[in-house]
Amino acid sequence: MLYFVLRRIVLLVPVVIGLTVIMFAIARILPGDPVALAAGPNATQAEIEALAREFGLDQPIWTQYFNYVAGLVQGDLGTSLLTRRPVAADIAAYLPATLELVLAAMFIAVAVGIPLGLVTAVWRNRWPDYLSQVAAIGAISMPRFFLGLLLQLCFAMWLMWLPLGGRLPIIVIPPPFVTGFLTIDTLIAGDLHAFTTALRHLAMPAIAMALSPLATIMRMMRASTIEVLQQDYVTTARALGLPRRKIILKYVARNAVSATLTVVGLYFGWLLGGTVLVETVFDWPGLGLYATKAIISQDMMPVIGVALVIGLLFVIANLIIDVLYGVINPKVRYT
Amino acid sequence: MSEITEATLDEPLAPRQDKLRRAFFRFRQSRLSMLGAGLVAVVVFFTIFGTVLAPYPEHVAGGVATSTRFEPPSSAHPFGTNELGQDVLSLVMAGTTVSVLAGFGVVLIGSVIGTLFGAVAGFVGGWTDEVLMRFTDLTLTIPSLILAMAIAAALGPGFTNMVIAISLSWWPGYARLVRGEVLAAREEVYVTAARAIGANPGRILFRHILPNIVSPIIVKMSLDMGFAILTVAGLGFIGIGVRPPTPEWGTLLSLSRSYMPDYWWTAMAPGMAMFLAVFGFNLLGDGLRDILDPKARR
Amino acid sequence: MVQPLLSIRNLHLTMTSFDGEAYVLNGIDLDVRRGEIWGLVGESGCGKSLTGLSVSRLVPEPPARYGEGEILFEGRDILKLPMREVQALRGKHIGMIFQDPTTNLNPAYRIGVQLVDVALAAASHDASVLDCPAGAGRRERRRAARRLAGEMLDRVGIPNAAERLDNYPHEFSGGMRQRVLIAMALIGRPDLLIADEPTTALDVSVQAQILKLLKGTVSDHDIGVILITHNLGVVAETCSHVAVMYAGNIVESGPVAEVIESAAHPYTKALMAAVPTKESKRGSLKGLGGTVPNLIAPPPGCRFAPRCPLAIDACRQALPPAINVRQDHQAACIRLTEAQVLADV
Repeated sequence: MLYFVLRRIVLLVPVVIGLTVIMFAIARILPGDPVALAAGPNATQAEIEALAREFGLDQPIWTQYFNYVAGLVQGDLGTSLLTRRPVAADIAAYLPATLELVLAAMFIAVAVGIPLGLVTAVWRNRWPDYLSQVAAIGAISMPRFFLGLLLQLCFAMWLMWLPLGGRLPIIVIPPPFVTGFLTIDTLIAGDLHAFTTALRHLAMPAIAMALSPLATIMRMMRASTIEVLQQDYVTTARALGLPRRKIILKYVARNAVSATLTVVGLYFGWLLGGTVLVETVFDWPGLGLYATKAIISQDMMPVIGVALVIGLLFVIANLIIDVLYGVINPKVRYT
Repeated sequence: MSEITEATLDEPLAPRQDKLRRAFFRFRQSRLSMLGAGLVAVVVFFTIFGTVLAPYPEHVAGGVATSTRFEPPSSAHPFGTNELGQDVLSLVMAGTTVSVLAGFGVVLIGSVIGTLFGAVAGFVGGWTDEVLMRFTDLTLTIPSLILAMAIAAALGPGFTNMVIAISLSWWPGYARLVRGEVLAAREEVYVTAARAIGANPGRILFRHILPNIVSPIIVKMSLDMGFAILTVAGLGFIGIGVRPPTPEWGTLLSLSRSYMPDYWWTAMAPGMAMFLAVFGFNLLGDGLRDILDPKARR
Repeated sequence: MVQPLLSIRNLHLTMTSFDGEAYVLNGIDLDVRRGEIWGLVGESGCGKSLTGLSVSRLVPEPPARYGEGEILFEGRDILKLPMREVQALRGKHIGMIFQDPTTNLNPAYRIGVQLVDVALAAASHDASVLDCPAGAGRRERRRAARRLAGEMLDRVGIPNAAERLDNYPHEFSGGMRQRVLIAMALIGRPDLLIADEPTTALDVSVQAQILKLLKGTVSDHDIGVILITHNLGVVAETCSHVAVMYAGNIVESGPVAEVIESAAHPYTKALMAAVPTKESKRGSLKGLGGTVPNLIAPPPGCRFAPRCPLAIDACRQALPPAINVRQDHQAACIRLTEAQVLADV
C-alpha cells in the first residue's frame, strides 16, 4: 500500500516535466509579444528590451526553460509580467478559493447524484426514471455560465436571497488563515455570522458547478446499480430472505459505488479546469479567474503555473480515488 | 452479381445491412433520440439559413438602431432588443452558424488528429506507442479549457484560431479510444488474413482496421458535438474567440451580463439557444451510442 | 398420511418474450416431504430451474405469468400469498443454493457479515433461530448471530470456522465457497432446501463432498430438498426420489431406485442411455436425436412425440396424463406397455 502510493508519487516527476515542456512550448513558440503587452502601449523599444532582460526573456528558450525548472525545484513558479508578483504566492492565495468551490461542488454532486442514481435504477422503467434520464441529459447540456447567470438573476437579483458574487463582502472580517477554506476557517474561529455569509456566497457557484457532474454521476450510478442488481449474489440475498431495503442500501449500493468512484476522480480534474467560467460569472477570486486575466494579457508564467498546479491536483485526486477504490473493493489490493 | 433466385430471396439480408436496419428501428423506437434528431435538424437548418432568414439582417451585419434600445420582447422583436437596439432573435439565429461550425470543426480536427495518433500508437506498438500515449496522457492532465484558452490567446482572436486552439486540446480522448480499438482489432482474424496475403501495413490499417472501428468514433463525435459547442461558447463568454460584430452565442451572453437584471431578455435567447443545441446533440449522441456501440452503454 | 411439506399442483407458467408467449411450465405436480431429497432432472431449458425459483417466487413477473395451479407450502398457496409473507418464508422456511459459488457471494463483504445478515433476517420472523432470550438487544442479537454463523461454518466443514468469518469470498476456494453458501442457506433453519445445480461448477472430487454434505444435512435437520441437476449420476448418488422433466412437464417421477432400474418413459430411457456406466462399451452411448421443441408454439399433445421412437398419432392429440407404473412411480406416456416391451427386448 505504502509502496503503491510512493511509486505513484515518484511517477509524478515525469508528469511535471512534461507539463512544463508543453506549456513552455505554447508560451514561447506561438506568436504574440507578451513583453510589449506588459510594458504598455506607450513603451519605447528600449523599455521593452529592458523589461525582457529583467525577466530573462531575451535569452534562448532552452536557457529560459532550465532557469524555470531550477526555480521550480525551490518552489519558485516564476514572476508575473503584469503584476510583477511571484506566481507561487499568487497561486497560494487563490488556490484555496478554487479548491473550496470544487470540493463543495463535488460534495453536492456525489451526495445527490449517488442516491439519485440508486433510486432511479431501482425504479427502472417507471416514469420517475424516464423523467430523471431526460433531466440528466438536460443538466449535462446546460452551459455552466448560463446556469450561473440564471441563478444570479433569480436568487440574487429578483428574490435577493443570496449575494451576487464574491467570497466574502469587505465589511466582514475574514477569519484567521488555517485551511484557506472560508467555510471551515470561520467555523474554527467560531464566527457563526461569517460562516453563514461565506456559505451563502458559496452556494450558487457551487450549484452551478455541480449540476453537470451530478447528472453524470447519477447516470453512472444508475447504470452500475442496474448491473449489480442482476448479479447472482443479489438473487441469493433475495432468496435467503434479506429485506429489499437492506439488499439495496447495503449489498447493491457498495458495489455500485465502487464502479462510480472512478468517474468522480476524472470529474475532479474536469471541475478544476472548469472553474474558469463559473469563477468569471460569480467573480470568485480563484485560480480560474486569475488564469483568465493572465491569459487575456498573454502573461504566460501564471498560466504555466496554474496548469501545472491543476494538472498535479488532478493526478493526486486520481491517486486518492485509487486508494479509496481499494478500500471499498477488497479484491483490488495494490500490486 | 449472380441472378436472384428464389433461394436467395429467402436468405436473410446481408448481416451488415440487417444490423443497420435493426439499429434504425431501435433508434426510431426511442422517442428521446427522435427528439434529439429533431433538435439537431433545426440547429443544422439555422446553421445554413440562420443568417439569411434573420428578420433584421442589417443587425446581423453590425447595424445599430439606437432608437429601439432595450425593448422588451414584443411581436416585432420576440426576444427583445439589446443595448445597440439590435434584434436579439436575429443575432441568435445568425450566431448558430459560428457556434455549430466551430463545434463541428473542433470535433472533426480533434478526431482526425486523435485517430491518427491512436491508430499509429496502437498499430505500431512498442516504443512509438509508449511515447505517443505518454504524450496523450500528459495533455489530458492539463485542463482542456485552460489549454484552449492559452493557445487561443497566443494565436490571437478569430474563428480559425479559436477552432485550432480548441482542437489542440480535444484530440487526446480520441487517441485513447482509437488506440484501444486498434489494439483489439489487430488481433482479429480478418487482419491476420490480410497480413497473411501480404498486404502492407498502411493498407491493413486504413483499409481493414479503421473502417471496422468507425462506429465508436462516430458515437464519440456525436456525443462531443454538444461539449464542443459549449467550449466555443465558453471561450466567447470569457472574451477570447470570435469578436463582435460577428454574432456568437457566448459573446452575446457575456455582453448581456452588464444589463442584468433589468434587461434580462438579452441573455435568455442566446442562453436557451446554446442549451437546446447542446441538448439536441447530446440526446442524439446518446441514442446513437445505444444502437451503434451497445457495449459502451453504461 | 401427513401433509407434504411442499405440494406443487398443476403449475402453469408462461413467459412473455419478444417473439410471443412461451409456455414454459405446463402442469407440474410434485410432492416433497421432510426427509426426502427430490432430484429434478432434465435438459437445459426444460423448466427445472424455473420450478425451483417459483417456490420462492423469485421469477420476475412480468415477463413471467402464473396460470392455473398452486404451490402449497405447509398448506398455504405461495402464489396467493402477499409478497410480504413470501418474503418471510424465504431464508427462514425455504433456503436456496445456486450453481456458481464464485458469483453468489457478495465480493465486497466479509462472509461473516453476509451470514449474520441472513441470520438476522430469519430471526426477525422467528426469534428462536438465534437461540437467545426474547428481549435481547440489537448488539446481543448480533453477537448471537455471529456465534451461530461460526457454528454453521464449522458444521459445513470449514476449518477454523470462527476465524474465517472475517475473510472475503475471494479468499476461499470454489468448494469452500459453496460450503459457505450452504451454511448461509441453512442458517435460518429452513424446512425446505432448493439446490439449483449446486455442484455443476465444481471439480468432480469436490462435487462428491458437497453432495455428501447435503445428504448429511437432510438427516440432521429432517428437511426436504429439491436438487435441480442435469446429471443423472448425481441423482442416483444423492436423491431418494427423482422427477424427470421435459419441455415444461414432469414426464416421470418416483423413488430413485425404481425409476433408474425400471424407467418407463421413453425420454427417461433415452436419458439413461446417454449416461456412461461401467458396463457401457465404447460406442454404445446413445445421444438423443432432435432438439427440445419450441415453447412458443409447442406441439399439441405429448411434447416429446417429435423425438419419440414410439410415437403414434394419438400421442400428438392430447397431453398424456400421468399413469401409475407402480405405487409412487408415475409416467406420463400412453405407450407405457409398448415402452416396457421395448425395454425387455
